[in-house]
Order: sequence, then C-alpha cells, then structure tokens
Amino acid sequence: MLADNDRIFTNLYGFQDWRLEAARKRGCWDGTKALIEKGRDWIVNEVKGSGLRGRGGAGFPTGVKWSFMPKKTDGRPSYLVVNADESEPGTCKDRDILRHDPHHLVEGCLLAGVGMGATHCYIYVRGEFTHEAKVLQAAIDEAYAAGLIGKNACGSGYDYEIYVHRGAGAYICGEETALLESLEGKKGQPRMKPPFPAACGLYGCPTTVNNVESIAVSPTILRRGAAWFAGIGRPNNTGTKVFCVSGHVNQPCNVEEAMGVSLKELIEKHCGGVRGGWDNLLAVIPGGASVPLIPKATCDTVLMDFDSLRAVQSGLGTAAVIVMDKSTDVVKAIARLSYFYKHESCGQCTPCREGTGWMWRVMERMVKGQAEIAEIDQLLDVTRQVEGHTICALSDAAAWPIQGLIRHFRPELERRIADYRKRLAA
Amino acid sequence: MSADLDAPVVQPASFAFTPENRAKALGYIAKYPPGRQASAVLPLLYLAQAQLGWVPQKAMEHIAEMLEMPPIRVHEVASFYTMFNLRPVGKHLVQLCTTTPCWLRGSEAVVGACKKHLGVDLDQTTADGQFTLKEVECLGACVNAPMVQINDDFYEDLDAESMIKILDALKRGEKPKTHSQKGRTSHPQSGATTLKDVAR
Repeated sequence: MLADNDRIFTNLYGFQDWRLEAARKRGCWDGTKALIEKGRDWIVNEVKGSGLRGRGGAGFPTGVKWSFMPKKTDGRPSYLVVNADESEPGTCKDRDILRHDPHHLVEGCLLAGVGMGATHCYIYVRGEFTHEAKVLQAAIDEAYAAGLIGKNACGSGYDYEIYVHRGAGAYICGEETALLESLEGKKGQPRMKPPFPAACGLYGCPTTVNNVESIAVSPTILRRGAAWFAGIGRPNNTGTKVFCVSGHVNQPCNVEEAMGVSLKELIEKHCGGVRGGWDNLLAVIPGGASVPLIPKATCDTVLMDFDSLRAVQSGLGTAAVIVMDKSTDVVKAIARLSYFYKHESCGQCTPCREGTGWMWRVMERMVKGQAEIAEIDQLLDVTRQVEGHTICALSDAAAWPIQGLIRHFRPELERRIADYRKRLAA
Repeated sequence: MSADLDAPVVQPASFAFTPENRAKALGYIAKYPPGRQASAVLPLLYLAQAQLGWVPQKAMEHIAEMLEMPPIRVHEVASFYTMFNLRPVGKHLVQLCTTTPCWLRGSEAVVGACKKHLGVDLDQTTADGQFTLKEVECLGACVNAPMVQINDDFYEDLDAESMIKILDALKRGEKPKTHSQKGRTSHPQSGATTLKDVAR
C-alpha cells in the first residue's frame, strides 16, 4: 500500500482547511519561485522523466504534451486550459481536488504554464460543480492576494493570469476541442484535428488542455523530483492515482493509491470489500463508463494501470471503478450507459448521432430478451461501424461498453432471448 | 409525455439585467481578451437564469446585444447545454441522477420516493410551483451515490427516507443539510483507510 507520506493529495477528504494558510502547511507553494527559476526546459524534462501520463483518460505523457507548445511566440499568446469538466460516469476525483485541495491545482497551473510558455490559464469547471467552482475561485483570489499569481508571480518576474470558466451541462465538453469551442462561447462540438490545439487552440492560439489531476500533481513532482514519482508504480505506469470506487462495495470512496495496485487490494483494503464478499462479484467497469467491463475471473488478478487493463481489453480511463455484484442486471447496467451516450452525443457526426440512439434502442430490447439471436452480432457489428468513424471518441466510448458486454456476457444475452420466447410461447 | 413539456411557454415582453447583474456581466466579459466577448455567453446566461429562474427569449436577445452576437448563436448555445431552463421551473429544481453508478446504489428508490411524495412525474411541476422533477445524467459524485442536485446544491448518500426528509424541509422553507446525508465526504463511511495521521 502507498505510504501516507507518498500521497500528494493529503487533504483529499477535506479533513483540514483548504485555504492557503493550511495548504502551505501541507507543502503547497513551497519554493515555487525557485522551481520557476529553474526554467521551462527543466520543468518539462522533470515531468517527462516522472513518467506522468494524462489523468483524464487517454494516458498521453504529460511532459511530452507540454513540449509540443511553441518555444518562441509569433505574437500570439499561449494558453493553458485545465479540463475540470469531470463528467465521465463513475468519476468524482477532480471534484475532491477542486473543493478540498485547490492550491495543488492553482500552483500546478502556474508551473505548467511556465513549462509550456503560457501566460494565461482558463480552468473549465463543469457547470453542476457550483460549490467546487466557488472554492476554486476563492483559492485563486487568495493566490492573487498573496502575490503567488498575477503580475510577477511568486516574485519570479513571470506574469500569470488564471480564470475560472463554468460549463453548463454537456459531457461532450470534456473532449478537449469541444471544450475549447465551449470556452469560445459556442456549442460544444468537437473540432477536426489537425490542427492540434498546441498549434491552433483557444482563439486560434497555441493551447494545451490538461486534466485537473495531471496539473495538480505536477508541483509535488517538481519538488520531490521525477525519480520519486517514477519510483511508484510500474514502468510506463508510474506515480500515484486517485481512484473512485463506486457501486456494490461496502464502502464506496475515493482513494489515492499507487498505480498498478491490484483491483482486489483496492477494493478489499479501502472499500470494505465487495458487497457479499469477493465471490459475489460479477464484473467491474474499471475506468469510467467508457471502458469495457471485465468479468470476475479477470478482476481476481488484474492490476490497475494503463498497460495492465489494456492487456485485458479494457482501460484505466479515469480510474473510476464501478463494481457490480451478482445481483446486478448487467445488461440493464450497460443499457443505461447506452442511454447516457445517446443523451450526450453532440449530434455533429452521423454515425454517432444515429448510432448511439440505435444501439440504445437495441440494448433496451436486449434487456428484455425481445430480440433475435442474430441481432447480438448485428449490434456488435454496428458498434464497430460507429467506433473510429467520427470526429471525436464519444462514439468509441458508446461502442466499447456494449462490446465488453457481448464479449463476456453473450450467454446471458442469449438466455434472455430464449426466456422471452418461452414466455411468448406459453 | 408530461403536461409540462407540452405546455406553451409564456414569454415576457422584455428583459434587462438588474444594475447589479449588469455590473457582474461586465466583470465576466472582462475575463476574456478584447474581441472574444462571446466567451462570456455561458456566464451571462447563468446570470439571466439567476435573475428570473429561467432564460426567456428576450434574455437571449439582450445577451446577444451585449456580446455583439447574432441572437440565434445565443439561442443555439442556450438550447445545447442542459443546465439552462428554457421554460419556467419550480422553486426547487430536483435533478435526479439515474446513471449507472447511482442506479447501482438505489436511485430508482429515490426517484420513486420523489414522485410519490410530490405526486408528480419527471418533467412535471407540483401545482403549488414548489418542485420540478427532472432526470439528469451523471453529476460526478459517484462514490456518494445515489445523489440528487436541487438548484445549486448536491445531496448525497441518499435513500428514500432521507430524500423525503429533504423535500419536507424544503417545503417548510428550511435549508436542509447539503452534501452527504451520512456525514462524510468521499472517504469510506467507516473511516478513512489512508491519511490517518492528518485526520481530524
């Protein structure tokens, strides 16, 4: 188990005050000026060396992403945009950082900004997080008042502005280019890439979009060194991670653990075990609604990191672990996610706009068994036609849970169809 | 289809921000670079909603004028995002999360309790104008499921009984305890397994 002194978010649960004075006692804003003075290249290299991979779901190396930003300005400003539009079902980790440990994020915005040559930062907070946005704004105000950000941030000579921007209820705005569209005052519909945001992002300027957790861990990485972070977890899957465990466990909770912790240890040590015991486990969605579920047999041994979960045809995603015990109607659980994606499709691309609705309607029939056996393969075929054929990954996210269901629970789908026929015949 | 969604909306003849809200609006606009004032469309729509409880057509036109945007652009934004009420809602907008993590923890019982206790269906408003029920997608408090949002506040770790208590308190004009109804944040109910030396 990760030692408490290796945890970054020491106020994850809000046991202490979130304000600047208390945050400083926990180590925030310690020697920030000196870190800034080590310079842009040093910051990027440290983050690269730490092995930090983006915590928003895709797992792209954070330091590499920062290095894509232009080294010299052509007159356009560079922007850091923080994605706090936390909306992936099962995920509620950024919420805790925003409301309980906001100074990790504010300091991270400054240091990441220096690393990528940005002078302005917008933090896009999901609209429903009214309380969280207020706390974050208050933390930013404190940092301005203390001279930590703004003109001559931390006395370093670097000028840095941070603004909070609230979303208004649209899952798609978690997609980075939809978020930029939304920030520009438009509907949140993803942009074609290229150009990538690092070349042409917010207001047509170089922009990097990072998840809250990726930015919030960076000050501690810079203070304690790349080697410290890289020493936690496994190669290519380093550091600590905030896991959100929901569903059928005795003690649902958020917890910061080492990457590569086993799923079983995560659930048994921190979440009081599966309701009714480990053997009562049916399946787990290990990384937020978008990733395929894994059956109990896989859960017995799987490790919670990018590469381990990928090897079992799922993914770490946002590390939102949704646990389902044997009482679960697993078809209905996935059908509800299909409804979610239908509801959240922005409607821009035909395969997604039409496909998410079609898949949901078939899934609703599958719940009742009101289908033909051949429709299982037809559904699978449609998920493959939708996946990868749209501007953004929402359609992939809609396809994968269904693919996981069919991969692991095909007999259950067939049984329901047979039962429905029997009832009809009787 | 519920009666509310079919009912015609009576649009006010005009809209203007109160002087206080107008000052706030100008403050929001100042957060964005010159010429990029359209970025303030979401904050201004929120302001209009805070002023009236919903966003009528005339408010969109007023915002469009302030931001030098075509009114249709404001309308397409207001109708794209789920948090803007384009028709009046009850004093307490009860937004019930039923996405899988809440569903696994009993959101059906919470929804059922609301419907039965208030005598209305989803997308309907009680006759006294106090409560509107609405189903919403995942609100990001999944380890405290099931949860609902009422206006700006989250109520978490619910069951039918605690849900009814909250509704009754609101009916009486009280301010019920927000967040977890079981007195925790996101730590395990029986006590944190980590961060013990920094615990209370």
